[in-house]
Amino acid sequence: MSKGVAITGMGIISSIGNTVEENYQSLISKTPGISRIESIDTIHKNNIKVGEVKTSNQEFIQQLGLPQSNNYSRTALLAEISVLEAVENAGIKDMNSCKTGLISATSVAGMDKTEKYYYSLFEESQNRKYITAHPAGDATTKIANRLGITDFVTTISTACSSSANAIMLGARMIKAGKLDRVIVGGADCLSKFTINGFKTLMILSEDNCRPFDADRTGLNLGEAAAFLVLESDAQVKKCNKEILGYVSGYANANDAFHQTASSENGEGATLAMTKALKIANISANEIDYINAHGTATNNNDASESKAIRRVFGDTVPDLSSTKSYTGHTLAAAAVIEAVYSILALQNATVFPNLNFKTAIPETNITPVTEVLKKDLNHVLSNSFGFGGNCSTLIFSKA
Amino acid sequence: MKDCYINGIGCVSAQDSTVDSAIENYRVLTDRITHARKPNYRDYIKPAMIRRMSTGVKMGVVAASIAMKEAELENPDAIISGTGLGCSIDSDKFLKKIVDNNEQFLTPTAFIQSTHNTVGAQVALGLRCNAYNITYVHNALSFESAMLDAQLMISEGASNILFGGVDELGDYTTSLFDLIDHVKKGEVIENGILNSNTKGAIFSEGAQFFVLADNISDNSYAKFIDVAIYNVLPQNSIEEKLVQFLSVNNFEISDIDVVILGTNGDVNFDGIYSDLQESVFKSTQQICYKHLSGEYNTASGFGFWTACNILKNQLIPKNLMLNEIKNVPVKNILIYNQYRSENHSFTLLSSC
Repeated sequence: MSKGVAITGMGIISSIGNTVEENYQSLISKTPGISRIESIDTIHKNNIKVGEVKTSNQEFIQQLGLPQSNNYSRTALLAEISVLEAVENAGIKDMNSCKTGLISATSVAGMDKTEKYYYSLFEESQNRKYITAHPAGDATTKIANRLGITDFVTTISTACSSSANAIMLGARMIKAGKLDRVIVGGADCLSKFTINGFKTLMILSEDNCRPFDADRTGLNLGEAAAFLVLESDAQVKKCNKEILGYVSGYANANDAFHQTASSENGEGATLAMTKALKIANISANEIDYINAHGTATNNNDASESKAIRRVFGDTVPDLSSTKSYTGHTLAAAAVIEAVYSILALQNATVFPNLNFKTAIPETNITPVTEVLKKDLNHVLSNSFGFGGNCSTLIFSKA
Repeated sequence: MKDCYINGIGCVSAQDSTVDSAIENYRVLTDRITHARKPNYRDYIKPAMIRRMSTGVKMGVVAASIAMKEAELENPDAIISGTGLGCSIDSDKFLKKIVDNNEQFLTPTAFIQSTHNTVGAQVALGLRCNAYNITYVHNALSFESAMLDAQLMISEGASNILFGGVDELGDYTTSLFDLIDHVKKGEVIENGILNSNTKGAIFSEGAQFFVLADNISDNSYAKFIDVAIYNVLPQNSIEEKLVQFLSVNNFEISDIDVVILGTNGDVNFDGIYSDLQESVFKSTQQICYKHLSGEYNTASGFGFWTACNILKNQLIPKNLMLNEIKNVPVKNILIYNQYRSENHSFTLLSSC
């Protein structure tokens, strides 16, 4: 029986590194990427901390060899940097040698440019090029054109679970035989829009976030992008591809409780995890590591802990939230955590949950706080978003 | 692929489409920007909720409830939405406050409702539906992406899927597209857009939702055959892709009785349609609808809704016709849409 859908390439950029290797080194050296914000002039800069990528737009433009007349949002720049790494890693020489699709995810899209030129667009024409960069589909189209993918290209936005659904759709398309190869992922940059949005919800931490801690203080926003290359068994065989891991389980359920808050008993999350285990055809006790959603907000961590207890009972697998390294990167979160899950499988390593001291009394879950070496066969990764969107992915060893 | 059917349809648009599906009575839009006709929201949504919901959410909830009522469906196996621009009104509102008040005095409501998946979330909340829920946001392929996922869901064993598209007019966002001439300038001629010979489209908004089911019912509108999306296509390969799409489904051009085109009166891009009208579709009955619906990223949902009505009623409204050819009975309909030469899609439907 097939182990799932093969992953043959990955690329990532986050506040802990501009490549897969840099991210891995930061994870095992317990080096977070949480800092004061530098690239956005927000009035909140002294009372929030963020997971900011320190490379400037101008440096990205040069690195990507884009003309100065380009109209890339930062979301598109991050996306293109990471997708090129993924494609190279998968050793793809000819994009059209088989039926290839692209599924990306975003929530912020080109808002960084729209908020910057909000009024000046009407007075001066020079920045009007960014108007068509505003919609969510723009970054996807840019990277599709860069890669030469013309047909099946789409974009998903389910808030903070967006890229989990991109991975899930990609896996389903491969399984259904509709595509031979699909590049899946997502990107979101920091923006005043999201900083202020989460600020009004009063869930931004003034300090480094503390997932699953009883005294957690809220989340750090972050920016990131990552992509995976998924290929059909036939394609893998034909090209004799090295397999990094498998997408073996996936599920999407809705909490149907509140537009932004998670239900107390974690109904949607429980359903997502249960359904994903069923798709992977494994039982809960076969999960070796949970890369949790773990945003470090009061509501999420309480609700997710409840759901994990409901699914795993007394024996919760080793668990951590790597958002303590990267911050919450919104639509990109699920795919960067997918990369971390695959790295965990490849290196037989559980990455620690930083800044944890005391377990939440009601659920008493203690995450892994030091780098832990152990054999891993199956890793479960959660991603939840506004609108009750709950998605779970399961990755399995190659 | 498993057989699947459209068992319920709902449409909110610039026309009175929630109360009257006699498309023949619809007026040709003559304004540059036309808002949707407000249905009687109280018939569908709790009064306390009406005030809080933005236009897009209300339109989406209404279209979804009409479609579900027609299909006699209470709880779908999935809720799949498409929206090119998402919840522009709340997004515009929150953004304006950030800029005007220098990030101060903000309240969360507009932000909470600004995410692209708000419509799908509110439909789920209203139904207390825990099922698969997803939102596609790929410009003019958003609706077709939702349809494609719905079809995939049925092939994976689901029975009833609620899917649809919705886009609303946000003042600021629309003003941006006006600035770069995506919206037609000046007075639109009396007869509407079809012979306007000017650049840009007339903008509008709407929501179209459908129930895709694995079983045929007394109320089935159409048999859903297939959909394909192409993000970018050189103009000279459209016909080749079309023939390929049809042949995968064991169809030939001559099997198509009616083609529904996304013609929107933009002189810079309607040539893509007219080239096909004069060549591959020369002997096919041709119709269009955007002079009645206006343009929005998910306007092809209005075209799909039109196709469902035609297949069920076997009646082609005169105000849609682009040529003299009449093919009755109408067995197979092809919908072809593109926007500004990107986001091409083919959708194939048959009568039940």
